[in-house]
Amino acid sequence: MDTAGIDIGSITAKAALFRNGKIAATKLIFTGYNSEAAGEKLFAEILRDAGIAGAEKFKIVATGYGRASVSFADKAITEISCHAAGARYLNDKIRFIIDIGGQDSKAILLDEQGKVKNFVMNDKCAAGTGRFLEVMARALEINLDEFGTISGQAKNPSPISSLCTVFAESEVISLIAKGMAREDIIAGIHESIGARVAALAARAGLAKPAMITGGVAKNAGVVKALEKALGLTLEVSPHAQFAGAIGAAILAQNLS
Amino acid sequence: MAEGKDPEKEKRKIKSVKKMKAIMTKYYKKAKLAWLTRKKIAWITSGGPVEPLIAMNIIPVYPENHGAMIGASKMGVDLCQKAEAMGYSSDLCSYARSDISCAPAKGGPIGGLPKPNMLICCNNICGTVLKWYEVQARYFNVPLFILDTPFCHTQFTQEARQYVKKQVEEYILFLEKVCKKKMDHDRMKEVGRLSVEAQRLWQAVLDTAQNRPAPLSAFDAFFHLALIVTLRGTRQAVDYYQELLAEMKQRVADGIGAIPNEKHRLLWDNLPIWYRTRWLSQKFAAADACLVADTYTSAWCGALQYIDENNFLESMAEGYSRIYLNIGIDEMARQVIQMIDKYKADGLVMHSNRSCKPYSFGQLDIQRIVREERGLPSLMIEADMVDERFFSESQIDTRIDAFMEVVRERKSGI
Ligand code: SF4
Repeated sequence: MDTAGIDIGSITAKAALFRNGKIAATKLIFTGYNSEAAGEKLFAEILRDAGIAGAEKFKIVATGYGRASVSFADKAITEISCHAAGARYLNDKIRFIIDIGGQDSKAILLDEQGKVKNFVMNDKCAAGTGRFLEVMARALEINLDEFGTISGQAKNPSPISSLCTVFAESEVISLIAKGMAREDIIAGIHESIGARVAALAARAGLAKPAMITGGVAKNAGVVKALEKALGLTLEVSPHAQFAGAIGAAILAQNLS
Repeated sequence: MAEGKDPEKEKRKIKSVKKMKAIMTKYYKKAKLAWLTRKKIAWITSGGPVEPLIAMNIIPVYPENHGAMIGASKMGVDLCQKAEAMGYSSDLCSYARSDISCAPAKGGPIGGLPKPNMLICCNNICGTVLKWYEVQARYFNVPLFILDTPFCHTQFTQEARQYVKKQVEEYILFLEKVCKKKMDHDRMKEVGRLSVEAQRLWQAVLDTAQNRPAPLSAFDAFFHLALIVTLRGTRQAVDYYQELLAEMKQRVADGIGAIPNEKHRLLWDNLPIWYRTRWLSQKFAAADACLVADTYTSAWCGALQYIDENNFLESMAEGYSRIYLNIGIDEMARQVIQMIDKYKADGLVMHSNRSCKPYSFGQLDIQRIVREERGLPSLMIEADMVDERFFSESQIDTRIDAFMEVVRERKSGI
């Protein structure tokens, strides 16, 4: 059975194709302002890149914030269930998932069978999300992709105490003005996210083994800060950013 | 264009709604015309002892009920902003904010509340009301009576009983002084009995939701609550709830549910999100979920066990002290679990209400206790009852969808 998962996030849209129970292709584009168009474009491109004709034979599940706008999908399922299914596909022992996406972060507790037992999402604030990192990257004029590497050189992470993104940004600007080393500032930013997301995880009821999914998983600095705050190691899959799309494609296999 | 009514929807409509609307309209008209009939008006907090007012022929008016109307008519943001411009913090309860700015602006759905002759503030619901009523007492330059009910962590001590009882006596003296007449104690007894009767009926109405399908949902209860808040102690409230109860029993007999296809039963915690009740009820109904009970509307009959209908004034001290917002978190959690068992709920939906600190403060603990003791999934919705600026539709939409996936998955055992 051929299935596809389309995960329309607030910043990026991801797709995964499954053939014969295996990942056949993945693709990512920016969502932009029209999530409906993004979904269509993404699906057309992933099929073209993979050299597959016959979109109609795919069973499709859409997920993410734009899940309702994917009109060609057979079903919409939330990111919670999709990340759970995706993480379990990547490692079938996983009991806990931390997903840090563009505009929200979530902690998901699974039972032994992989069923969602509990989940907690961040409150309306952008702190502890990918958006928070973006704002900080802009304030520091550093490419976000370099954050992980740069923070690795930190000797003395600067504490960022504000919980609010806007206040934290002015805190960062004043740290820059004080001449603090940028690796220390970035490491401080990562620690602040780590503390915030760790609190979320504690609320959901932490369990092992745990995995981090979502785009922010690519940032080794955040992963390290989070591991420190949680007191456990987090599994990072090379497919971390696609976990939602992969899970959607898996759940599409249940559609008759 | 003449549109045919959907018979399915018509069948599901609660007939008493019309009557309630008529009663409430008449009530507010009467209050607004009190200056003509020379009746006195008292503003009173929602958890305050209204019965002595009724016995003294004073018209009680509830700023919180007014706040709910402001919220439901989506006028909250404007009034809250006006209060912020007056210098009040956006962290202040949105009922307080909208009421405070409504007075000088004469705004809101009914052009402001009628001017009070006195204010009655009981702090059994929160500490906010103290300052709020002080502000209004200064603004309207009228006497203020404060009934201080000590917090009941686990029990109601003898000292607390004496302390509150003394104040009840002072309360009566206060009313006699403002009205320049003595209280008729026979009338007071009658009002006390009617109040207890109305509360029992209200509980019986809520109890009908134990049936499958539930004939009414929490969204209906939010609406039909108005009378038990504003006019308990009157014959009118008793008559109304008798009728409503009869209608609910008939619905149960006819198998008419609040929603078309009840598969999941949920318990709601905290105040309603007044400007979004329709959206939320449709959202849950679309997932075949009925909010069968809630901690909020049952607060107006939750302390019945402490009240002696034949000795109302005496027992009132305890009844008004031991209400849901004036007890410890363990006790709150115990009540939530009791409701979960009673109504056979499959999940708990909590509104973390930015306005109402006493209601929202212990929710994470209650959530944890419920999880540990009953293993039920729960959902936290962050919002505000009146101030729409704190409601984020897409986030809440995702959370409800995800929560319903969990509730469904738990049941189907896939
Ligand atoms: S803080 Fe809560 S209890 Fe107090 S007035 Fe506001 S809503 Fe009512």
